[in-house]
Amino acid sequence: MAAVSILETRALTKAYAGVLANNSIDFALERGKITALIGPNGAGKSTFVGMISGRIAATSGDVLFEGQSIAHLPAHKRIQLGIAYTFQIASVFGGLSCHENVALAARRLTGSDRAALEVRVADALDRVGLSDRATQIAGDLSYGHQRLLEIAMGLVQAPSLFILDEPTQGLSEAEVQAFMALMRSLAGETTILLIEHNMSVVMQTADRITVLNYGEVLASGTPDDVRGDPHVQAAYLGTADA
Amino acid sequence: MSRETTLHLSVLAGLALLYVVLPTYHAGNLARIMVLAIYAMGYNFLFGYTGLLSLGHALFFAAGMYGLGLGMTGFGLTPLPAFVLGIVAAAVTSAVIGFLALRTVGVAFMIVTLMFAQAGYLAILYLGTYTGGDEGFVIQQAERVLFGLDLTADGTRYFAAWTLFAISFLILARAVQSPFGRTLIAIRENEERTRMLGYDTGAHKLRAVILSGTVAGAAGASYALLFGYVGASFATVQYSIFPLLWVLLGGAGTTIGPLIGVFFMFYLIDISSGYTSAYMLVAGVALVLLTLFAPQGLGGELRRRVAPWLP
Repeated sequence: MAAVSILETRALTKAYAGVLANNSIDFALERGKITALIGPNGAGKSTFVGMISGRIAATSGDVLFEGQSIAHLPAHKRIQLGIAYTFQIASVFGGLSCHENVALAARRLTGSDRAALEVRVADALDRVGLSDRATQIAGDLSYGHQRLLEIAMGLVQAPSLFILDEPTQGLSEAEVQAFMALMRSLAGETTILLIEHNMSVVMQTADRITVLNYGEVLASGTPDDVRGDPHVQAAYLGTADA
Repeated sequence: MSRETTLHLSVLAGLALLYVVLPTYHAGNLARIMVLAIYAMGYNFLFGYTGLLSLGHALFFAAGMYGLGLGMTGFGLTPLPAFVLGIVAAAVTSAVIGFLALRTVGVAFMIVTLMFAQAGYLAILYLGTYTGGDEGFVIQQAERVLFGLDLTADGTRYFAAWTLFAISFLILARAVQSPFGRTLIAIRENEERTRMLGYDTGAHKLRAVILSGTVAGAAGASYALLFGYVGASFATVQYSIFPLLWVLLGGAGTTIGPLIGVFFMFYLIDISSGYTSAYMLVAGVALVLLTLFAPQGLGGELRRRVAPWLP
């Protein structure tokens, strides 16, 4: 029987010159669900996903993916296991076309099979609505479109875990709606870990929410649980919002 | 046939035809230009496509040159196995240097490669008993025969240079279009992003250094074989700077840029030295003007203005 959790962290800790950005975080990510990671600025969210994806070396603690420890693996090996990661600040290949950006993400999986590559790339661009911009240079796109391109680069890898660091930042309201529809369409297909500031996106898409504050887990549960948690209200959401 | 292939084959056909048209003096120049262009293409693979600026490629050029030269004069090999020895020497040297130098990035990478190349140059001088030191050594005309062809004759030398150029040109043009080459371009554009797409960027960069260094070594071996001289001057820092200038002039990250750059620089010096002894000043002014008005080099300008598809 496959474990319920696709990813777990055990006492995951990151210290920057003595300051604990993440303090002994125990966390489990439920397979096939959308989990949102929220918290005030500086709560340690990006550090946390950085340690999961391998961009940031953990000070101590363990990360388990599909039951296996991946803490010792370099970032590219973790990505090869099926973890896709989108950057907080759009980080596309500005000098290359949209098509080539997505193709780079896909080529690692398709190898020299050109036909399969084209199908995957076209599909991923289509899902984020950038099909008609395939030949455009990525650096010429608007910021919102660059974010969508970045999501396409994640999607095309057909990841089993998709980590999105503030994906809706800089998107227009219409694009946010399209993004939420896209996330919901992925439900069941892949597991999503979403760092998000936009509360309406979180409340409408997330199955589970984990709240970080000062590098520690403050609360974890369904959107309703978290919304009702007095600690969370005090620390983050504010009483007026509850 | 794709536009890229058409372009590449046309360039090769044009170079072959030029031999018929050109007077002997210029045909001789062009043979030398083609061999140096092999060196520039090897350099361009690392600098233009991978985004790594090495200041130590003279070491790889010299490894190929001395590999062939010492193979022929020291071990009495015939040209073909000596050529292979030169290529192997360059491949091994670049693998070792690449492994060590790639622990650094940016300016440190430039300095480390420069220092290794200087150490190589000094080693050549130190081992003067075998290498001929400063004076180098000559490979006798009688020994420079390949498949029964006398490589010292104008025609055979020209077409030997052309063949070696064509092989390197087509291999590298193919390599930059391959998934491997595309990944190197991605590393040049944004290494962190490439890594986070699941690519082992360290291994890719090492392979790029080895391919680049091996091609540079093939150029060194070709030069020694076709022009009959092996000397320490080819291992000096000047010969590490040359390919950088050629590639900058011709257009970094374009397949035809290196050939254009070598051709331009060669004739710039050739013509200006006919008028003044301060010909390097002319070359310097030309470089400054190009940097000001065509920072992407001649090939880069072509790509920007005329043919955005230029590979």
